[in-house]
Amino acid sequence: MDIPILKIEDFLVVTIQSELSDDEIYELQEDILSRIKDVGATGLIIDITALDIVDSFMGRTLSNIAATAELLGAKSVVVGIRPAVAVTLVELGIRVKWNVNTALNLERGIRLLKRLIEAERRGGAS
Amino acid sequence: MNITSSADIIAARGKGRELAMKMGFSVVDQTKITTAISELTRNIVTYAGKGEVIIKKAESETGGKNGIVVVCRDEGPGIEDIQLVLKSGFSTSESLGLGLSGAKQLMDEFEIKSKPGKGTIVTIKKWLRRR
Repeated sequence: MDIPILKIEDFLVVTIQSELSDDEIYELQEDILSRIKDVGATGLIIDITALDIVDSFMGRTLSNIAATAELLGAKSVVVGIRPAVAVTLVELGIRVKWNVNTALNLERGIRLLKRLIEAERRGGAS
Repeated sequence: MNITSSADIIAARGKGRELAMKMGFSVVDQTKITTAISELTRNIVTYAGKGEVIIKKAESETGGKNGIVVVCRDEGPGIEDIQLVLKSGFSTSESLGLGLSGAKQLMDEFEIKSKPGKGTIVTIKKWLRRR
């Protein structure tokens, strides 16, 4: 499966459009990371609006992608978590270990990314 | 149905979702049931390599309550200390802990039988809420 990775300014936007097998998830993770490196992206948005379930494996994978992207210098935001998925993730207990920024939708995700990058730039300058 | 790969996990989830929807579970409950199925079938693939899952309608013993029952069975390595594994957050490969305790949390009933070296049977149930 080919999942498009769009570039908007210095950000990458990945929209997951259907449930992914483990192999597809790993492939996507590699694709995202190499694109971040190739284009020098400073931000990454993963849109999971289409996912009607996020289990602990998928949750952990999203968290890993975000952590790895951070090492490459890109901040990440996951957008489009459905209400039923949010309820389930909380009961699953995943928040204990989940280091992922989230926003309601793509627009707010981009705003959050800009804030995160700006905050870091200021922090670094002081 | 047999569970041997991540494609089977997706298929099992789809089957659970379909039955839960047909029975009239709310979207949140459908999602919880589907996620619990995903956690348990993933444990099968990760720890036992193969096993099976049965997803069907359930009726409470006293009658009156309808729901969904999911039985996951494997002949894998089994679990030494079930109480420890059920403690939220515990995991050997970062997965089993959230998987079992998560499935327990998401459902109304949870039963596990496991013998080291013999395998594991997990039975979970969710009842339809009366309106």
